[in-house]
Amino acid sequence: MSTGPSQAEIPAGVTLPIYMDNHATTPLDPRVLEAMMPYLTTKFGNAASRNHSFGWEAEQAVDAAREQVAKLIGATAKEIIFTSGATESDNLALKGIAEMYRERGNHIITQVTEHKAVLDTCKRLEKSGCRVTYLPVKADGTIDLEDLRRAIDDKTILVSIMAANNEIGVLQPVREIGKICHERGVLFHTDAVQAVGKVPLNVIDDCVDVASISAHKIYGPKGVGALYVRRRNPRVQIAAQIDGGGHERGMRSGTLNVPGIVGLGKACELAQENLLQEASRTQCLRDRLKTKLEAELDYVHVNGSMEHRLPGNLNMSFVYVEGESLLMGINDVAVSSGSACTSATLEPSYVLKALGLGDDVAHSSIRFGLGRFNTEAEVDYVAAKVIQVVRHLRELSPLYEMVKDGVDLTKVQWAAH
Amino acid sequence: MAYSDKVVDHYNNPRNVGTLDKSAAEVGTGLVGAPECGDVMRLQIRVNPETNVIEEAKFKTFGCGSAIASSSLATEWIKGRTVDDALSIKNTDIVKELSLPPVKIHCSVLAEDAIRAAIGDWKKKNNVAEIAPPAK
Repeated sequence: MSTGPSQAEIPAGVTLPIYMDNHATTPLDPRVLEAMMPYLTTKFGNAASRNHSFGWEAEQAVDAAREQVAKLIGATAKEIIFTSGATESDNLALKGIAEMYRERGNHIITQVTEHKAVLDTCKRLEKSGCRVTYLPVKADGTIDLEDLRRAIDDKTILVSIMAANNEIGVLQPVREIGKICHERGVLFHTDAVQAVGKVPLNVIDDCVDVASISAHKIYGPKGVGALYVRRRNPRVQIAAQIDGGGHERGMRSGTLNVPGIVGLGKACELAQENLLQEASRTQCLRDRLKTKLEAELDYVHVNGSMEHRLPGNLNMSFVYVEGESLLMGINDVAVSSGSACTSATLEPSYVLKALGLGDDVAHSSIRFGLGRFNTEAEVDYVAAKVIQVVRHLRELSPLYEMVKDGVDLTKVQWAAH
Repeated sequence: MAYSDKVVDHYNNPRNVGTLDKSAAEVGTGLVGAPECGDVMRLQIRVNPETNVIEEAKFKTFGCGSAIASSSLATEWIKGRTVDDALSIKNTDIVKELSLPPVKIHCSVLAEDAIRAAIGDWKKKNNVAEIAPPAK
């Protein structure tokens, strides 16, 4: 038997391997690199050097980037703090606010499908006297706003809810959350890493007080990010978590990563220029992939809301096929799986489990992340390849055979190990 | 994760995939693992009642590449052996043959369990003592 996955034809215009994991990271846009190059070579000055031209040109570049970042989210330049990336931004937001507002309260509200940068920070804050409420999500991956209203009490200082989820791409109702927070006088932080530059986000209209941003998710360089910190209505104060030279208005010391910041700025500018156009193009590709897979395969389902979702995200379970074995068959396509076998902890995705999916469905999930540089030809190749490999693996799957024979798998006495 | 050439070969060209009639007296079926754990192996053997030799072995596996390879290899190894001889196959033999990394050792354990379960089922059906006496 050789239904093996190695014989798929490579169509014209497709170069292998194909990168379709744009939630993990994105390739650097050549225009971003071009903007950065001078600051990696001749314009090497320290933006904090006040008394020579090398410092001045670096500072000017940083100021311009601050404008570009601010503009993308409807903020002002003074509200942007540069960091080493979104993990640092999340840490600074949560720890900085918990410390600064300690006298007002110690209660933080978040939700169960947040990124680990938020969840693990909350776990640490719990050890130092904070009380954290982890809201559940509905089957579609969004939170229930009534749950949020009920969870706010007189000790609540902060709500931290992501704008878009990194695994299932589900968009939380940011504006409604922001309004509730402002009505109740509670600060609202959003981890906007996956959403910024992909879907419209405006910190004024959406009532966001603090937002985490990363460059490498929007075709910028790794190692640089930003934190938006609102300056009025209300003025948010954050206790620094890194002490030193008092950079970034004292909120984040450390010599500025000038080339990285220039890259982040350029990436934001590019994202803003074509935001809606790029979103609709990416969504067309995503929908094309989904349609093809659903037309050819049975027992597939999309995890999380299709309605409230990032345009480039498709998280699908190919039931009765284990995710890692599927990845192995499509090894010339870079995607991710929620399968336990692909994780360091040997636990299936906590995000998929939070949707109420069984471990068996989580084990069968694949995350496709489409982005700026994916093409229709790539989508067609990936769809054909996935269909071929899923069929191959289902021929090997005792579960698929049992289901086809009418066996109810939930009634089988499994010898769990 | 990088897979050994042998794992890749078994994944691409699995040996002895299929289904035997589980109601037949000479067929033993082992179904081990659980969908929630991400691995289920079904291994079946057809045993010659005269010689106790496993004349046919078939498998189907839901699991990662290493689990598929472990069960595919197990069917190759047990074919042509007597049931008692087949029981001497250890998971460590499978680990060695397929160069499985430590995180994949459980796949080989499951394959050994599947061999034992299939033989156990056959013995039960045919009233052979659970612990076989030495060959007469």
